[in-house]
Amino acid sequence: MIVRRMYPQLAYGARDAFEELDLMRRYLDRLSESVFGGPSPGRGMPAGVFPALNLTQDRDHYFVRAELPGLRADELNIEVVGRNLTISGERRIAHDENVRYHRRERDGGSFSRIIGLPGDINADRVEAGMVNGILTVTLPKAEASKPRQITVK
Amino acid sequence: MSDSKEIQVKGKQELATPAEQTKSGPVFVPAVDIYETETAIVMTADLPGVAPEDIQIDLRDDVLTLSGDVRPFEGPEEDDILVEFEVGRYYRQFTLTEAIDQERIQASHRDGVLHLNLPKQAKALPRRITVSAA
Repeated sequence: MIVRRMYPQLAYGARDAFEELDLMRRYLDRLSESVFGGPSPGRGMPAGVFPALNLTQDRDHYFVRAELPGLRADELNIEVVGRNLTISGERRIAHDENVRYHRRERDGGSFSRIIGLPGDINADRVEAGMVNGILTVTLPKAEASKPRQITVK
Repeated sequence: MSDSKEIQVKGKQELATPAEQTKSGPVFVPAVDIYETETAIVMTADLPGVAPEDIQIDLRDDVLTLSGDVRPFEGPEEDDILVEFEVGRYYRQFTLTEAIDQERIQASHRDGVLHLNLPKQAKALPRRITVSAA
């Protein structure tokens, strides 16, 4: 008969109830990490700097995306130095002071963010586009960063 | 000046009770500004990634429902390296206390921001009702 336990049996001498609870907590932490993908690197909000970015890649490009509703492409300043991409600008939200606000959740202000890319890029052919408030920066990989198929002879 | 301050990063707020959602995937609450003037209620909502034709605005009785579908904008060949924001539908409901003139509602959309003008209904004018003999 197979018995599936929520946590490993603590018969190996947990001295008191607190120790047992601690073991249980650590086990559950590990379990939730393995089930939900947990705090694996690269998820969540590690930078804590506006704007939040998503970085993806395909064979030939890196793609950096950010949600910047209300900004036009020409209001953004996008620079590439080496492997670092800088996105900066200012989000202007006109708030009328003479009216009664029910909700005021949209934030304005300036921002600047640098993201380091994992590989070399071809800085001359970087393109940026803004569609419906989503910025997409397309960065072609330098030849050296592209995956190379190696044929076994 | 509030304009020169730095924007703080805020995680997208996920809808707490996604009731009656028929599509799978996360649902987010869009950030809105709502203000009221003498004649109208004006609402501005951030809906990044939603095309104008995918925004649904529905006013039924006193409840205004705002929803927007985000079409996937990533290519099929792309692998994630860093994920700081998730993408999903937007959904939010408001209960309006003022009667709104539905005929004159105006909506515009630009760069992922929806602007909604909800004119208040003119006060019902006093009318004399004549009873006609049948």
